[in-house]
Amino acid sequence: MSQLLAGIGDTLVITRRNLIRIPRAPDLLIGFTVQPVMFVLLFVYVFGGAIKTPGFKYVDYLMPGIITQTIAFGGYLTAVGLNEDLRKGLVDRFRSLPMARSAVLAGRTLADVIMNLLATALMVAVGLAIGFRFATSVPQVLAGILLLLLFGLAFSWIFALMGLLASSAESAGSIGFLIVFPLTFVSSAFVPVQSMPSLLQAFAKANPFTIVVDAARALFLGTPGNSIWAALAWSIGLIAVFAPVAVARYRRVVAN
Amino acid sequence: MQTLQPSQSLARAVSDEPAIVTQGLSKSYKNVRALTGVDLVVPPGSVFGLLGPNGAGKTTLVRILATLLKPDAGTARVAGYDVVREGGRLRTQIGVAGQYAAVDENLTGFENLEMVGRLYHLGGRVAQSRADELLQHFDLEEAGRRPVKTYSGGMRKRLDLAAALVARPPVIFLDEPTTGLDPRSRVSLWETIERRVAEGSTVLLTTQYLDEADRLADRIAVIDHGRVIAEGTSDELKHQVARERLEVVLGEGADPTVALQALAVMGDGQQPRVEGQVISVSVGRRPGAIVEAVRRLDTARVEIVDVAIRRPTLNDVFFTLTGHKAEESAAGEAE
Repeated sequence: MSQLLAGIGDTLVITRRNLIRIPRAPDLLIGFTVQPVMFVLLFVYVFGGAIKTPGFKYVDYLMPGIITQTIAFGGYLTAVGLNEDLRKGLVDRFRSLPMARSAVLAGRTLADVIMNLLATALMVAVGLAIGFRFATSVPQVLAGILLLLLFGLAFSWIFALMGLLASSAESAGSIGFLIVFPLTFVSSAFVPVQSMPSLLQAFAKANPFTIVVDAARALFLGTPGNSIWAALAWSIGLIAVFAPVAVARYRRVVAN
Repeated sequence: MQTLQPSQSLARAVSDEPAIVTQGLSKSYKNVRALTGVDLVVPPGSVFGLLGPNGAGKTTLVRILATLLKPDAGTARVAGYDVVREGGRLRTQIGVAGQYAAVDENLTGFENLEMVGRLYHLGGRVAQSRADELLQHFDLEEAGRRPVKTYSGGMRKRLDLAAALVARPPVIFLDEPTTGLDPRSRVSLWETIERRVAEGSTVLLTTQYLDEADRLADRIAVIDHGRVIAEGTSDELKHQVARERLEVVLGEGADPTVALQALAVMGDGQQPRVEGQVISVSVGRRPGAIVEAVRRLDTARVEIVDVAIRRPTLNDVFFTLTGHKAEESAAGEAE
Protein backbone atom coordinates (compact mmCIF):
# COMPACT_ATOMS: atom_id res chain seq x y z
CA MET A 1 0.00 0.00 0.00
CA SER A 2 2.74 2.45 0.95
CA GLN A 3 4.51 1.40 -2.25
CA LEU A 4 1.40 2.25 -4.25
CA LEU A 5 1.17 5.64 -2.55
CA ALA A 6 4.85 6.30 -3.23
CA GLY A 7 4.23 5.36 -6.87
CA ILE A 8 1.37 7.86 -7.07
CA GLY A 9 3.54 10.51 -5.40
CA ASP A 10 6.37 9.89 -7.87
CA THR A 11 3.94 10.07 -10.79
CA LEU A 12 2.68 13.45 -9.57
CA VAL A 13 6.25 14.77 -9.23
CA ILE A 14 6.99 13.75 -12.83
CA THR A 15 3.64 15.11 -14.03
CA ARG A 16 4.36 18.45 -12.44
CA ARG A 17 7.80 18.51 -14.01
CA ASN A 18 6.29 17.82 -17.45
CA LEU A 19 3.75 20.61 -17.03
CA ILE A 20 6.16 23.22 -15.68
CA ARG A 21 8.04 23.22 -18.96
CA ILE A 22 5.06 24.12 -21.11
CA PRO A 23 4.73 27.83 -20.28
CA ARG A 24 8.50 28.13 -20.82
CA ALA A 25 8.51 26.61 -24.29
CA PRO A 26 6.69 29.11 -26.51
CA ASP A 27 6.17 26.56 -29.31
CA LEU A 28 4.43 24.16 -26.96
CA LEU A 29 2.35 26.86 -25.35
CA ILE A 30 1.20 28.11 -28.75
CA GLY A 31 0.49 24.54 -29.83
CA PHE A 32 -1.86 24.08 -26.91
CA THR A 33 -3.57 27.47 -26.87
CA VAL A 34 -3.36 29.63 -29.97
CA GLN A 35 -3.41 26.78 -32.47
CA PRO A 36 -6.66 25.08 -31.39
CA VAL A 37 -8.39 28.44 -31.05
CA MET A 38 -7.16 29.43 -34.49
CA PHE A 39 -8.53 26.19 -35.94
CA VAL A 40 -11.93 26.79 -34.33
CA LEU A 41 -12.09 30.27 -35.84
CA LEU A 42 -10.82 29.15 -39.26
CA PHE A 43 -13.28 26.30 -39.51
CA VAL A 44 -16.25 28.28 -38.31
CA TYR A 45 -15.65 31.43 -40.36
CA VAL A 46 -13.75 30.14 -43.43
CA PHE A 47 -15.09 26.64 -44.12
CA GLY A 48 -18.25 26.82 -42.04
CA GLY A 49 -20.27 28.65 -44.67
CA ALA A 50 -19.48 26.04 -47.33
CA ILE A 51 -20.06 22.91 -45.25
CA LYS A 52 -23.65 21.66 -45.01
CA THR A 53 -24.56 20.18 -41.66
CA PRO A 54 -28.30 19.59 -41.82
CA GLY A 55 -29.97 20.16 -38.48
CA PHE A 56 -26.98 21.94 -36.90
CA LYS A 57 -25.37 25.32 -36.82
CA TYR A 58 -21.81 24.60 -38.06
CA VAL A 59 -20.23 25.81 -34.81
CA ASP A 60 -22.32 23.28 -32.89
CA TYR A 61 -21.38 20.52 -35.32
CA LEU A 62 -17.71 21.49 -35.23
CA MET A 63 -16.97 21.88 -31.52
CA PRO A 64 -17.19 18.18 -30.49
CA GLY A 65 -15.10 17.26 -33.54
CA ILE A 66 -12.39 19.83 -33.10
CA ILE A 67 -12.09 19.21 -29.37
CA THR A 68 -11.62 15.52 -30.13
CA GLN A 69 -8.91 16.30 -32.66
CA THR A 70 -7.07 18.62 -30.28
CA ILE A 71 -7.19 16.04 -27.52
CA ALA A 72 -5.89 13.30 -29.80
CA PHE A 73 -2.92 15.54 -30.59
CA GLY A 74 -2.27 16.13 -26.90
CA GLY A 75 -0.09 13.01 -26.85
CA TYR A 76 2.36 14.92 -29.02
CA LEU A 77 3.87 16.17 -25.76
CA THR A 78 4.52 12.62 -24.67
CA ALA A 79 6.11 11.62 -27.98
CA VAL A 80 8.48 14.58 -28.06
CA GLY A 81 9.14 14.72 -24.32
CA LEU A 82 9.80 11.02 -23.91
CA ASN A 83 12.15 10.97 -26.88
CA GLU A 84 14.08 13.94 -25.49
CA ASP A 85 14.28 12.43 -22.03
CA LEU A 86 15.74 9.23 -23.43
CA ARG A 87 18.24 11.04 -25.60
CA LYS A 88 19.38 13.54 -23.00
CA GLY A 89 19.92 10.99 -20.25
CA LEU A 90 17.03 12.10 -18.02
CA VAL A 91 15.46 8.67 -18.16
CA ASP A 92 18.75 7.28 -16.84
CA ARG A 93 18.67 9.85 -14.06
CA PHE A 94 15.13 8.80 -13.12
CA ARG A 95 15.99 5.11 -13.32
CA SER A 96 18.91 5.58 -10.94
CA LEU A 97 16.61 7.13 -8.31
CA PRO A 98 14.64 5.12 -5.76
CA MET A 99 11.35 6.09 -7.42
CA ALA A 100 8.65 3.93 -8.96
CA ARG A 101 9.94 3.10 -12.42
CA SER A 102 6.41 3.22 -13.83
CA ALA A 103 6.17 6.91 -12.90
CA VAL A 104 8.20 8.03 -15.93
CA LEU A 105 5.53 6.87 -18.39
CA ALA A 106 2.56 7.40 -16.08
CA GLY A 107 3.67 10.97 -15.33
CA ARG A 108 3.97 11.65 -19.05
CA THR A 109 0.49 10.52 -19.94
CA LEU A 110 -1.08 12.16 -16.89
CA ALA A 111 0.49 15.48 -17.90
CA ASP A 112 -1.16 15.05 -21.32
CA VAL A 113 -4.55 14.50 -19.69
CA ILE A 114 -4.19 17.69 -17.67
CA MET A 115 -3.08 19.70 -20.71
CA ASN A 116 -6.00 18.24 -22.66
CA LEU A 117 -8.40 19.34 -19.94
CA LEU A 118 -7.01 22.89 -20.09
CA ALA A 119 -7.13 22.98 -23.90
CA THR A 120 -10.73 21.72 -23.78
CA ALA A 121 -11.74 24.42 -21.31
CA LEU A 122 -10.15 27.07 -23.52
CA MET A 123 -11.84 25.80 -26.67
CA VAL A 124 -15.22 25.53 -24.99
CA ALA A 125 -14.84 29.12 -23.78
CA VAL A 126 -13.99 30.33 -27.27
CA GLY A 127 -16.82 28.21 -28.72
CA LEU A 128 -19.33 29.68 -26.30
CA ALA A 129 -18.16 33.16 -27.24
CA ILE A 130 -18.86 32.56 -30.92
CA GLY A 131 -22.25 30.94 -30.53
CA PHE A 132 -21.70 27.30 -29.54
CA ARG A 133 -24.30 25.97 -27.08
CA PHE A 134 -24.53 22.70 -25.16
CA ALA A 135 -28.00 21.15 -25.51
CA THR A 136 -27.71 18.57 -22.73
CA SER A 137 -27.48 18.38 -18.94
CA VAL A 138 -24.32 19.16 -16.98
CA PRO A 139 -23.66 15.48 -16.08
CA GLN A 140 -23.90 14.57 -19.77
CA VAL A 141 -21.49 17.31 -20.75
CA LEU A 142 -19.06 16.19 -18.03
CA ALA A 143 -19.42 12.57 -19.13
CA GLY A 144 -18.62 13.69 -22.68
CA ILE A 145 -15.48 15.50 -21.56
CA LEU A 146 -14.37 12.50 -19.51
CA LEU A 147 -14.90 10.25 -22.50
CA LEU A 148 -12.78 12.53 -24.68
CA LEU A 149 -10.03 12.67 -22.06
CA LEU A 150 -10.01 8.88 -21.94
CA PHE A 151 -9.74 8.76 -25.74
CA GLY A 152 -6.90 11.29 -25.48
CA LEU A 153 -5.14 9.04 -22.97
CA ALA A 154 -5.31 6.22 -25.52
CA PHE A 155 -3.56 8.49 -28.02
CA SER A 156 -0.97 9.43 -25.41
CA TRP A 157 0.03 5.78 -25.30
CA ILE A 158 0.15 5.63 -29.11
CA PHE A 159 2.31 8.76 -29.13
CA ALA A 160 4.46 7.30 -26.34
CA LEU A 161 5.20 4.36 -28.60
CA MET A 162 6.08 6.77 -31.43
CA GLY A 163 8.42 8.64 -29.09
CA LEU A 164 10.14 5.37 -28.18
CA LEU A 165 10.48 4.21 -31.79
CA ALA A 166 11.52 7.47 -33.43
CA SER A 167 15.13 8.46 -33.92
CA SER A 168 14.59 12.06 -32.84
CA ALA A 169 12.07 14.20 -31.00
CA GLU A 170 11.08 15.98 -34.21
CA SER A 171 10.40 12.80 -36.13
CA ALA A 172 8.51 11.40 -33.13
CA GLY A 173 6.17 14.36 -33.41
CA SER A 174 5.79 14.23 -37.16
CA ILE A 175 5.09 10.48 -37.27
CA GLY A 176 2.30 11.18 -34.80
CA PHE A 177 0.91 13.92 -37.02
CA LEU A 178 1.03 11.64 -40.05
CA ILE A 179 -1.15 9.14 -38.23
CA VAL A 180 -3.57 11.46 -36.49
CA PHE A 181 -4.20 13.97 -39.29
CA PRO A 182 -5.75 11.60 -41.85
CA LEU A 183 -7.67 9.80 -39.13
CA THR A 184 -9.28 12.98 -37.87
CA PHE A 185 -10.04 14.45 -41.28
CA VAL A 186 -11.51 11.27 -42.73
CA SER A 187 -14.10 11.16 -39.97
CA SER A 188 -17.25 12.95 -38.93
CA ALA A 189 -15.19 15.54 -37.02
CA PHE A 190 -15.48 18.38 -39.55
CA VAL A 191 -17.92 17.32 -42.25
CA PRO A 192 -20.83 14.86 -42.40
CA VAL A 193 -19.57 11.45 -43.52
CA GLN A 194 -22.39 11.27 -46.10
CA SER A 195 -20.69 14.02 -48.12
CA MET A 196 -17.60 11.89 -48.80
CA PRO A 197 -17.00 9.50 -51.76
CA SER A 198 -18.26 6.00 -50.97
CA LEU A 199 -14.82 4.44 -50.43
CA LEU A 200 -13.87 7.12 -47.88
CA GLN A 201 -17.31 6.82 -46.33
CA ALA A 202 -16.68 3.17 -45.53
CA PHE A 203 -13.39 4.11 -43.87
CA ALA A 204 -14.86 7.10 -42.07
CA LYS A 205 -17.72 5.06 -40.63
CA ALA A 206 -15.34 2.46 -39.17
CA ASN A 207 -12.91 5.14 -37.99
CA PRO A 208 -12.80 5.34 -34.17
CA PHE A 209 -12.69 9.12 -34.52
CA THR A 210 -16.14 9.11 -36.08
CA ILE A 211 -17.43 6.90 -33.30
CA VAL A 212 -15.92 9.07 -30.57
CA VAL A 213 -16.98 12.36 -32.19
CA ASP A 214 -20.52 11.03 -32.62
CA ALA A 215 -20.53 10.01 -28.96
CA ALA A 216 -19.35 13.50 -27.98
CA ARG A 217 -22.14 15.02 -30.10
CA ALA A 218 -24.66 12.77 -28.39
CA LEU A 219 -23.41 13.89 -24.97
CA PHE A 220 -22.99 17.61 -25.85
CA LEU A 221 -25.85 18.17 -28.29
CA GLY A 222 -28.24 15.34 -27.54
CA THR A 223 -28.03 13.90 -31.06
CA PRO A 224 -29.67 10.51 -31.53
CA GLY A 225 -27.72 7.35 -32.23
CA ASN A 226 -25.82 5.60 -29.52
CA SER A 227 -22.11 5.27 -30.10
CA ILE A 228 -21.18 6.13 -26.51
CA TRP A 229 -20.48 2.53 -25.47
CA ALA A 230 -18.60 1.87 -28.69
CA ALA A 231 -16.52 4.99 -28.09
CA LEU A 232 -15.77 3.86 -24.55
CA ALA A 233 -14.85 0.41 -25.83
CA TRP A 234 -12.53 1.88 -28.46
CA SER A 235 -10.80 4.09 -25.90
CA ILE A 236 -10.29 1.28 -23.41
CA GLY A 237 -9.34 -1.14 -26.20
CA LEU A 238 -6.66 1.19 -27.59
CA ILE A 239 -5.23 1.70 -24.11
CA ALA A 240 -5.30 -2.06 -23.48
CA VAL A 241 -3.30 -2.64 -26.66
CA PHE A 242 -0.93 0.31 -26.80
CA ALA A 243 -0.07 0.83 -23.11
CA PRO A 244 1.49 -2.64 -22.71
CA VAL A 245 3.23 -2.38 -26.09
CA ALA A 246 4.67 1.04 -25.17
CA VAL A 247 5.75 -0.23 -21.73
CA ALA A 248 7.43 -3.26 -23.30
CA ARG A 249 9.17 -1.04 -25.84
CA TYR A 250 10.27 1.32 -23.04
CA ARG A 251 11.77 -1.59 -21.12
CA ARG A 252 13.68 -2.73 -24.21
CA VAL A 253 14.94 0.75 -25.03
CA VAL A 254 16.23 1.46 -21.53
CA ALA A 255 17.81 -1.98 -21.19
CA ASN A 256 20.42 -1.08 -23.81
CA MET B 1 52.96 -7.82 -20.60
CA GLN B 2 53.23 -6.24 -17.18
CA THR B 3 49.81 -7.11 -15.90
CA LEU B 4 49.19 -6.81 -12.22
CA GLN B 5 47.15 -9.55 -10.69
CA PRO B 6 44.04 -7.82 -9.40
CA SER B 7 43.66 -10.37 -6.63
CA GLN B 8 46.98 -9.43 -5.04
CA SER B 9 46.11 -5.86 -4.45
CA LEU B 10 42.49 -6.67 -3.64
CA ALA B 11 43.40 -8.88 -0.73
CA ARG B 12 44.88 -5.89 1.04
CA ALA B 13 41.92 -3.67 0.38
CA VAL B 14 39.36 -5.86 2.12
CA SER B 15 39.31 -4.75 5.71
CA ASP B 16 35.89 -3.20 6.16
CA GLU B 17 32.60 -4.18 4.49
CA PRO B 18 33.29 -3.05 0.91
CA ALA B 19 31.10 -0.37 -0.66
CA ILE B 20 31.26 -2.05 -4.06
CA VAL B 21 32.12 -5.64 -4.90
CA THR B 22 31.92 -7.24 -8.32
CA GLN B 23 32.65 -10.84 -9.22
CA GLY B 24 33.03 -12.10 -12.75
CA LEU B 25 30.89 -9.30 -14.10
CA SER B 26 30.26 -9.75 -17.82
CA LYS B 27 28.14 -7.99 -20.39
CA SER B 28 27.86 -8.26 -24.18
CA TYR B 29 25.99 -6.13 -26.70
CA LYS B 30 25.05 -8.25 -29.71
CA ASN B 31 28.53 -9.45 -30.70
CA VAL B 32 30.61 -6.93 -28.77
CA ARG B 33 31.90 -8.08 -25.38
CA ALA B 34 31.80 -4.93 -23.26
CA LEU B 35 32.87 -6.57 -19.98
CA THR B 36 34.52 -9.93 -19.45
CA GLY B 37 34.83 -11.14 -15.88
CA VAL B 38 35.43 -7.94 -13.96
CA ASP B 39 36.35 -8.41 -10.27
CA LEU B 40 36.61 -5.30 -8.15
CA VAL B 41 36.47 -4.43 -4.48
CA VAL B 42 36.06 -0.82 -3.43
CA PRO B 43 36.54 -0.09 0.28
CA PRO B 44 34.12 2.40 1.87
CA GLY B 45 35.11 6.02 2.25
CA SER B 46 37.50 5.95 -0.69
CA VAL B 47 37.71 7.19 -4.24
CA PHE B 48 38.12 4.48 -6.81
CA GLY B 49 39.23 5.54 -10.29
CA LEU B 50 38.38 3.62 -13.43
CA LEU B 51 40.76 4.45 -16.25
CA GLY B 52 40.51 3.17 -19.75
CA PRO B 53 40.23 4.10 -23.39
CA ASN B 54 36.86 4.58 -24.99
CA GLY B 55 34.91 1.39 -25.47
CA ALA B 56 36.91 -0.21 -22.65
CA GLY B 57 33.73 -0.88 -20.69
CA LYS B 58 33.89 1.87 -18.06
CA THR B 59 30.46 3.25 -18.72
CA THR B 60 28.97 -0.23 -19.01
CA LEU B 61 30.37 -1.06 -15.58
CA VAL B 62 28.96 2.11 -14.02
CA ARG B 63 25.57 1.51 -15.63
CA ILE B 64 25.42 -2.01 -14.20
CA LEU B 65 26.38 -0.81 -10.72
CA ALA B 66 23.76 1.96 -10.89
CA THR B 67 21.12 -0.67 -11.85
CA LEU B 68 20.57 0.88 -15.27
CA LEU B 69 21.76 -2.26 -17.02
CA LYS B 70 21.60 -5.96 -16.16
CA PRO B 71 24.81 -7.99 -16.33
CA ASP B 72 24.85 -11.17 -18.45
CA ALA B 73 26.91 -13.01 -15.85
CA GLY B 74 28.59 -12.42 -12.52
CA THR B 75 27.39 -10.58 -9.45
CA ALA B 76 27.77 -7.12 -8.04
CA ARG B 77 26.83 -5.61 -4.69
CA VAL B 78 26.70 -1.91 -3.92
CA ALA B 79 26.31 -0.73 -0.31
CA GLY B 80 25.51 -4.34 0.54
CA TYR B 81 22.68 -4.73 -1.99
CA ASP B 82 22.67 -6.97 -5.04
CA VAL B 83 22.38 -4.94 -8.26
CA VAL B 84 19.91 -7.34 -9.83
CA ARG B 85 17.75 -8.60 -6.98
CA GLU B 86 17.75 -5.59 -4.63
CA GLY B 87 17.75 -2.72 -7.11
CA GLY B 88 15.04 -0.76 -5.31
CA ARG B 89 16.87 -0.60 -1.97
CA LEU B 90 20.22 -0.15 -3.69
CA ARG B 91 18.97 2.99 -5.42
CA THR B 92 18.29 4.67 -2.07
CA GLN B 93 22.05 4.40 -1.41
CA ILE B 94 23.50 5.85 -4.62
CA GLY B 95 23.86 9.09 -6.52
CA VAL B 96 24.80 9.21 -10.19
CA ALA B 97 26.26 11.97 -12.33
CA GLY B 98 26.74 11.10 -15.94
CA GLN B 99 28.89 11.89 -18.91
CA TYR B 100 26.05 13.95 -20.33
CA ALA B 101 24.63 16.38 -17.82
CA ALA B 102 21.25 14.79 -17.18
CA VAL B 103 19.34 17.79 -15.93
CA ASP B 104 16.05 19.13 -17.28
CA GLU B 105 16.73 22.16 -19.46
CA ASN B 106 13.26 23.57 -19.03
CA LEU B 107 13.35 23.48 -15.26
CA THR B 108 15.31 25.91 -13.12
CA GLY B 109 18.31 24.70 -11.16
CA PHE B 110 16.20 24.79 -8.01
CA GLU B 111 13.34 22.87 -9.59
CA ASN B 112 15.73 20.21 -10.85
CA LEU B 113 17.22 19.58 -7.42
CA GLU B 114 13.87 19.78 -5.66
CA MET B 115 12.43 17.21 -8.07
CA VAL B 116 15.33 14.85 -7.48
CA GLY B 117 14.92 15.29 -3.72
CA ARG B 118 11.22 14.44 -3.92
CA LEU B 119 12.01 11.38 -6.02
CA TYR B 120 14.42 10.27 -3.27
CA HIS B 121 11.33 10.66 -1.03
CA LEU B 122 12.99 13.25 1.19
CA GLY B 123 9.70 15.09 1.56
CA GLY B 124 8.85 18.49 0.11
CA ARG B 125 10.36 20.71 2.81
CA VAL B 126 13.63 18.81 3.06
CA ALA B 127 13.89 18.61 -0.73
CA GLN B 128 13.56 22.39 -0.98
CA SER B 129 16.03 23.26 1.74
CA ARG B 130 18.49 20.73 0.37
CA ALA B 131 18.13 22.25 -3.11
CA ASP B 132 18.94 25.71 -1.74
CA GLU B 133 21.89 24.33 0.20
CA LEU B 134 23.39 22.64 -2.86
CA LEU B 135 22.83 25.63 -5.14
CA GLN B 136 24.76 27.73 -2.69
CA HIS B 137 27.48 25.14 -2.35
CA PHE B 138 27.94 24.83 -6.11
CA ASP B 139 27.97 28.55 -6.67
CA LEU B 140 24.65 28.42 -8.51
CA GLU B 141 22.65 30.52 -6.08
CA GLU B 142 22.05 33.38 -8.48
CA ALA B 143 21.32 31.10 -11.43
CA GLY B 144 19.11 28.84 -9.33
CA ARG B 145 15.82 30.47 -10.40
CA ARG B 146 16.66 30.50 -14.10
CA PRO B 147 15.87 27.66 -16.52
CA VAL B 148 18.87 25.41 -17.06
CA LYS B 149 18.87 26.11 -20.80
CA THR B 150 20.44 29.48 -19.96
CA TYR B 151 23.35 27.78 -18.14
CA SER B 152 26.90 27.32 -19.43
CA GLY B 153 28.33 23.81 -19.81
CA GLY B 154 30.21 24.13 -16.55
CA MET B 155 27.12 25.24 -14.65
CA ARG B 156 25.17 22.25 -16.00
CA LYS B 157 27.93 19.90 -14.91
CA ARG B 158 27.87 21.38 -11.43
CA LEU B 159 24.11 21.06 -11.25
CA ASP B 160 24.36 17.46 -12.45
CA LEU B 161 26.84 16.70 -9.69
CA ALA B 162 24.64 18.51 -7.16
CA ALA B 163 21.74 16.28 -8.24
CA ALA B 164 23.85 13.22 -7.47
CA LEU B 165 24.47 14.52 -3.94
CA VAL B 166 20.90 15.53 -3.04
CA ALA B 167 20.24 12.58 -0.75
CA ARG B 168 23.79 12.49 0.65
CA PRO B 169 24.16 8.96 -0.73
CA PRO B 170 26.87 6.71 0.70
CA VAL B 171 27.96 5.63 -2.79
CA ILE B 172 28.42 8.07 -5.66
CA PHE B 173 29.07 7.19 -9.29
CA LEU B 174 30.69 9.86 -11.41
CA ASP B 175 31.06 9.06 -15.08
CA GLU B 176 33.60 11.53 -16.49
CA PRO B 177 32.41 14.34 -14.23
CA THR B 178 34.82 17.02 -15.44
CA THR B 179 34.93 16.34 -19.18
CA GLY B 180 34.56 19.68 -20.92
CA LEU B 181 35.04 21.80 -17.78
CA ASP B 182 37.45 24.71 -17.55
CA PRO B 183 40.43 24.20 -15.20
CA ARG B 184 38.98 26.34 -12.40
CA SER B 185 35.67 24.45 -12.36
CA ARG B 186 37.53 21.16 -12.42
CA VAL B 187 39.50 22.04 -9.32
CA SER B 188 36.45 23.23 -7.43
CA LEU B 189 34.61 20.05 -8.40
CA TRP B 190 37.55 17.98 -7.17
CA GLU B 191 37.41 19.78 -3.85
CA THR B 192 33.72 18.99 -3.54
CA ILE B 193 34.35 15.33 -4.23
CA GLU B 194 37.13 15.27 -1.66
CA ARG B 195 34.85 16.85 0.91
CA ARG B 196 32.13 14.24 0.27
CA VAL B 197 34.69 11.47 0.73
CA ALA B 198 35.94 13.05 3.94
CA GLU B 199 32.35 12.85 5.17
CA GLY B 200 32.36 9.12 4.48
CA SER B 201 31.00 8.66 0.97
CA THR B 202 32.54 6.24 -1.48
CA VAL B 203 33.11 7.53 -4.98
CA LEU B 204 33.55 5.49 -8.13
CA LEU B 205 34.95 7.76 -10.79
CA THR B 206 35.61 7.17 -14.45
CA THR B 207 37.83 9.65 -16.16
CA GLN B 208 39.87 10.25 -19.24
CA TYR B 209 42.08 12.69 -17.32
CA LEU B 210 44.97 10.97 -15.65
CA ASP B 211 45.80 13.93 -13.45
CA GLU B 212 42.26 13.72 -12.13
CA ALA B 213 42.68 10.05 -11.20
CA ASP B 214 46.10 10.82 -9.76
CA ARG B 215 44.73 13.61 -7.61
CA LEU B 216 41.49 12.01 -6.44
CA ALA B 217 41.67 8.26 -6.57
CA ASP B 218 42.94 6.20 -3.67
CA ARG B 219 42.97 3.20 -5.94
CA ILE B 220 42.87 2.95 -9.70
CA ALA B 221 41.82 0.14 -12.01
CA VAL B 222 42.97 0.31 -15.60
CA ILE B 223 40.38 -1.29 -17.81
CA ASP B 224 40.75 -2.23 -21.45
CA HIS B 225 38.63 -4.43 -23.73
CA GLY B 226 36.27 -5.12 -20.84
CA ARG B 227 38.97 -6.46 -18.51
CA VAL B 228 40.76 -5.01 -15.53
CA ILE B 229 44.40 -5.17 -16.65
CA ALA B 230 45.95 -3.48 -13.63
CA GLU B 231 44.80 -2.30 -10.24
CA GLY B 232 46.47 -0.53 -7.37
CA THR B 233 47.31 2.87 -5.93
CA SER B 234 48.66 5.47 -8.31
CA ASP B 235 52.18 4.97 -6.95
CA GLU B 236 51.98 1.20 -7.16
CA LEU B 237 50.97 1.41 -10.79
CA LYS B 238 53.73 3.86 -11.62
CA HIS B 239 56.37 1.73 -9.94
CA GLN B 240 55.31 -1.57 -11.31
CA VAL B 241 54.39 -0.60 -14.80
CA ALA B 242 56.26 2.41 -16.09
CA ARG B 243 59.94 3.33 -16.22
CA GLU B 244 61.84 6.54 -15.94
CA ARG B 245 62.02 8.37 -19.22
CA LEU B 246 64.74 10.46 -20.70
CA GLU B 247 63.24 13.50 -22.35
CA VAL B 248 65.32 15.57 -24.79
CA VAL B 249 64.26 18.83 -26.38
CA LEU B 250 66.15 19.15 -29.66
CA GLY B 251 67.36 22.35 -31.31
CA GLU B 252 65.32 23.67 -34.20
CA GLY B 253 67.54 22.26 -36.94
CA ALA B 254 68.18 18.89 -35.31
CA ASP B 255 66.92 15.64 -36.86
CA PRO B 256 64.95 13.51 -34.34
CA THR B 257 65.87 10.33 -36.23
CA VAL B 258 69.60 10.95 -35.78
CA ALA B 259 69.03 11.73 -32.10
CA LEU B 260 67.08 8.51 -31.58
CA GLN B 261 69.86 6.51 -33.23
CA ALA B 262 72.43 8.11 -30.91
CA LEU B 263 70.34 7.22 -27.86
CA ALA B 264 69.26 3.75 -29.04
CA VAL B 265 71.66 1.84 -26.77
CA MET B 266 70.29 3.61 -23.68
CA GLY B 267 66.71 2.47 -24.22
CA ASP B 268 65.19 -0.47 -22.37
CA GLY B 269 63.51 -1.89 -25.44
CA GLN B 270 60.28 0.09 -25.30
CA GLN B 271 59.17 2.13 -28.26
CA PRO B 272 60.57 5.70 -28.02
CA ARG B 273 58.16 8.60 -28.57
CA VAL B 274 58.66 11.63 -30.79
CA GLU B 275 56.53 14.76 -30.63
CA GLY B 276 57.92 17.51 -32.83
CA GLN B 277 61.35 18.34 -31.48
CA VAL B 278 60.80 16.47 -28.22
CA ILE B 279 61.93 12.87 -28.02
CA SER B 280 61.35 10.61 -25.08
CA VAL B 281 63.13 7.32 -24.45
CA SER B 282 62.26 4.85 -21.73
CA VAL B 283 65.50 4.12 -19.87
CA GLY B 284 64.43 2.11 -16.84
CA ARG B 285 66.71 2.86 -13.91
CA ARG B 286 69.98 4.14 -15.39
CA PRO B 287 72.24 6.23 -13.15
CA GLY B 288 74.05 8.99 -15.01
CA ALA B 289 71.59 8.94 -17.88
CA ILE B 290 71.62 12.68 -18.41
CA VAL B 291 75.36 12.96 -18.68
CA GLU B 292 75.52 9.97 -20.97
CA ALA B 293 72.78 11.36 -23.21
CA VAL B 294 74.45 14.72 -23.55
CA ARG B 295 77.75 13.06 -24.47
CA ARG B 296 76.17 10.78 -27.04
CA LEU B 297 74.14 13.56 -28.66
CA ASP B 298 77.18 15.82 -28.71
CA THR B 299 79.22 13.13 -30.45
CA ALA B 300 76.42 12.75 -33.00
CA ARG B 301 76.41 16.54 -33.48
CA VAL B 302 72.77 16.88 -32.49
CA GLU B 303 71.90 20.31 -31.13
CA ILE B 304 69.92 20.10 -27.87
CA VAL B 305 67.98 22.65 -25.86
CA ASP B 306 67.15 20.67 -22.76
CA VAL B 307 67.58 17.21 -21.27
CA ALA B 308 65.64 15.85 -18.32
CA ILE B 309 64.70 12.63 -16.60
CA ARG B 310 61.01 12.30 -16.15
CA ARG B 311 59.54 10.18 -13.39
CA PRO B 312 56.73 8.01 -14.65
CA THR B 313 53.26 9.53 -14.75
CA LEU B 314 49.94 7.77 -14.96
CA ASN B 315 50.03 8.67 -18.62
CA ASP B 316 53.06 6.42 -19.01
CA VAL B 317 51.28 3.68 -17.08
CA PHE B 318 48.34 3.98 -19.37
CA PHE B 319 50.49 4.01 -22.48
CA THR B 320 52.44 0.99 -21.39
CA LEU B 321 49.36 -1.01 -20.52
CA THR B 322 47.05 -0.18 -23.37
CA GLY B 323 49.43 0.89 -26.12
CA HIS B 324 47.88 4.31 -26.57
CA LYS B 325 47.50 7.58 -24.76
CA ALA B 326 44.50 8.08 -22.57
CA GLU B 327 43.41 11.53 -23.59
CA GLU B 328 43.91 11.00 -27.29
CA SER B 329 41.88 7.83 -27.35
CA ALA B 330 39.19 9.29 -25.16
CA ALA B 331 38.83 12.50 -27.11
CA GLY B 332 37.07 10.72 -29.97
CA GLU B 333 33.59 9.30 -30.00
CA ALA B 334 31.60 8.75 -26.86
CA GLU B 335 31.68 5.34 -25.28
